[in-house]
Amino acid sequence: MSETTHHSAHHIDVKEFHPRARAAIHNPQIRQNFRKAMDGLMTKRKSAFEGWDLETLRDLGANIRMRALANLPDLLEQLEQKLTENGVTVHWAADGDEACEIVRDICLARDAKSVIKGKSMVSEEMELNHYLEDQGIEALESDLGEYIVQLAEETPSHIIMPAIHKNTTEISQLLHDKTGTDLSNDVEYLTANARLQLREKFRNADVGISGVNFAVAETGTLCLVENEGNGRMTTTVPPCHIAVTGIEKVVPKLEDVTALLALLTRSATGQHITTYFNMISGPRKADELDGPEEVHLVLVDNGRSTIYQDDELLDTLRCIRCGACMNHCPVYTRVGGHAYGTTYPGPIGKILMPHMVGLDEGRHLPTASSLCGACGEVCPVKIPIPDLLVRLRQEAVDGDKLHPAKVRGHGAKRGTVEAMIWKGWSWMHARPGLYRLGTALGARFRKLQPGKLGGWTQYRTAPKLAAKTLHERMKERSQ
Amino acid sequence: MVDPIKVYPAKPSKVYFYGTCLVDMFYPDAGMAGIQLLEREGIEVIYPEDQTCCGQPAYTSGYHDEARAVARAQLGLFPEDWPIVVPSGSCGGMMRKHYPALFKDTADDVKAAEIAGRIWELTDFLVNVCHIKLEDLGEPTTVAMHTSCSARREMGVAEVGPKLLGQLKNVNLVEQVRAEECCGFGGTFAVRHPEISGAMVSEKVDTLVNTGAREFVTTDCGCLMNIAGYAEKNQKPVTGQHILSFLWERTNGDGGKHS
Amino acid sequence: MSSRDAILQRLRHRTGGELTAPECDFSVLNRPDWSTAEKLDMFERTIESVHGEVHRTTESGWIDRLAEILQTRGAQTLLIAKEHEIGKALKNATENREDLPQLLVYDEAIDSWQETLFNDVDAGITSTRGGIAETGSLILWPSVDEPRLMSLVPPIHIAVLKASELYTTFHDAMQSQNWAAGMPTNALLVSGPSKTADIEQTLAYGVHGPKELIVLVIE
Repeated sequence: MSETTHHSAHHIDVKEFHPRARAAIHNPQIRQNFRKAMDGLMTKRKSAFEGWDLETLRDLGANIRMRALANLPDLLEQLEQKLTENGVTVHWAADGDEACEIVRDICLARDAKSVIKGKSMVSEEMELNHYLEDQGIEALESDLGEYIVQLAEETPSHIIMPAIHKNTTEISQLLHDKTGTDLSNDVEYLTANARLQLREKFRNADVGISGVNFAVAETGTLCLVENEGNGRMTTTVPPCHIAVTGIEKVVPKLEDVTALLALLTRSATGQHITTYFNMISGPRKADELDGPEEVHLVLVDNGRSTIYQDDELLDTLRCIRCGACMNHCPVYTRVGGHAYGTTYPGPIGKILMPHMVGLDEGRHLPTASSLCGACGEVCPVKIPIPDLLVRLRQEAVDGDKLHPAKVRGHGAKRGTVEAMIWKGWSWMHARPGLYRLGTALGARFRKLQPGKLGGWTQYRTAPKLAAKTLHERMKERSQ
Repeated sequence: MVDPIKVYPAKPSKVYFYGTCLVDMFYPDAGMAGIQLLEREGIEVIYPEDQTCCGQPAYTSGYHDEARAVARAQLGLFPEDWPIVVPSGSCGGMMRKHYPALFKDTADDVKAAEIAGRIWELTDFLVNVCHIKLEDLGEPTTVAMHTSCSARREMGVAEVGPKLLGQLKNVNLVEQVRAEECCGFGGTFAVRHPEISGAMVSEKVDTLVNTGAREFVTTDCGCLMNIAGYAEKNQKPVTGQHILSFLWERTNGDGGKHS
Repeated sequence: MSSRDAILQRLRHRTGGELTAPECDFSVLNRPDWSTAEKLDMFERTIESVHGEVHRTTESGWIDRLAEILQTRGAQTLLIAKEHEIGKALKNATENREDLPQLLVYDEAIDSWQETLFNDVDAGITSTRGGIAETGSLILWPSVDEPRLMSLVPPIHIAVLKASELYTTFHDAMQSQNWAAGMPTNALLVSGPSKTADIEQTLAYGVHGPKELIVLVIE
């Protein structure tokens, strides 16, 4: 059992990373689905930035996000004030549970029975769908990928493309089983059927729930980036719209979204822009003929204000949720999104989720990286992901003499055999004479070297000690 | 990550050679090759005897007190202001990029930052400081190259290896697909997450084999040990070598013997 | 203490101390000053690359072109705005021509006729507040006269764009029109028809919004 006291019984044990990763690696279909998708996304991103001064653009993206974070409390208040003036009700939630309760109360006040949802990763963080169902409120995902994942009773395996782990045949079978469509590999046919099913749901939903990509403080504007139009439907057709978002999503200026949008869509899917960039600044006015009568914004903290305290960890909050880090991650490509067992998978998940589930629960997350740096290289807001992974590894062993650990659940590795080994290693390598003696002895008795070295020799031959170390050869040379 | 602007020094008369622990124990030939290439360029190579390890394995594992103790033992090895050359992007990256952070707020912060500024990856140094000209004396061959992630992304030297190989007239360099993808080594990652690392290296070896090349070269011994070790265990038709050994063997004229 | 106050207090009293906001230089977004013709070429190329359809026409010829387009598609009904000149021009035109579909005017609140809009309208026509050449985008500011759903629910969305109202970039459009001074309840950039790639990265159009986006450019 997890230590968290979350309402949901659907909690996945984050600690079980290895068995899930192993299962994915040995599943050829999963491997192929991810490899193909990630190869395509990497190629598209590359061509989308052709002709751009990408370094300067990424610097701008990073600066915009840092400027926003530097003034975060003021901006949140400004956003609240502007939205209130515009007729939007603003709510604050300390964690996912409180955010769920706020949504429930809005639904109850409207006697709402059905909710239609646009894509929102924060609502996944909240496990909102399960919560609402437990309250007797139907919550239906309308983003095609999310819809598929919901029908399969799974969670998204990618933050932008939730159903990327499935191929067409698998999806066709699922839609056939759950909604009665014909078995077909014709994507247009499958899509058209989903359109039909969901249109009715949009029409009859009592409440629409969406996420937010950027919240602009100066005008009180909630921006949504999407291709399908389900986001527009969700925020326009039902009489009540509830937007949920993390407190870090605010930016000061409307101007800021131009650069962030340019970075977001190109980094995510290699598009120069998405079909819809939807800017919502208020509910339907008295003389307007459509749009929701009520709009709410739920600002969710859920650990973010704690991350905010530390100068280094703070960079985590720059994220604009493009998913480029996972698209370029060699580990994510091999194990897929579900192996992580977390809301956010891949590199961003590895640096964000330990704060949400605790480092004791999520101790494998920061270690599941070769620190190859591909994620940091493509991040549109220059989050130093590899450095943050190292920082979290440091937190897991309880910091050092200069930096006491502070992340929730830190120090899980204190006093382990591993910690003892590193102490011994350090002791020897800080003593050159001892090091030379040890390595020279190793060379002399290299025939005795064990042929099996744990996980290493499961896949590779053992490295072979040379007959003489470089130290010895240089010594001989100088004589 | 990568320096926006790299300012190369003028070609010096002397350099310090920081061999790294993997070269010391497993690939001393690569170290010798690097030293001899530098000497052939007219540079005197100083090999500080008390060098051990840069501290990276403990650092990336999160054991920073332990890493600092080992790294501190290296700080006294380079008293003169000569460049420090390292036959590895990974250890070079540790010393150049991470020493300043590791020693921040300690009595050694100035020294660590000063040393970090003198660290050069050896192939980068050969090309951009020595302006080396290579004469190929070897038989025609086809090779692929794997640039380590740290050489590529931390040290920013991805173009250097192909430039050196391009000088060898009998060497046909072929590029594997997804050349920039990690081989799966990642230090302790390979033993902590053997299945994931294994899946990564198996695909890396497949892409190398698919180029048609029967040998590959690399800038880092970690990758070499990983890729060649996988190929050997699984009887894949490709063998590997450190790029420095390869360069020395093809240009030395004595079939690669080391003095 | 309320969650609001607790959150704000934690953010205000950072253990790491006050943060400094960096400067933001937007000049990387600048593009050369393109002529209207260049902007139009760019707009056309970009929006067509995402399946939008562009028809260059004139003040006097656009209704003919529209009639042709809708006839090819067999559209029976076209949703128009009540006050806008586009709607008025179409209403006048139907008085002496037979080749336009039946016109429906969006003149009452959606609540009373939602089912009709969802099931019985083949196309909707709206104006635009300009376009963006670099990204091939239309700027739509739905209004009392041109409500939000006009451009979303019917399977065909026709947008009328004046070539003279093309901007080079999004940044350029936003600054020139001074959006920061006040935003409408809803504003949109529309760049192509509704699409998805959620099934194995295969593109399919018209998943929730219009399957076709047709831009009539008035030169």
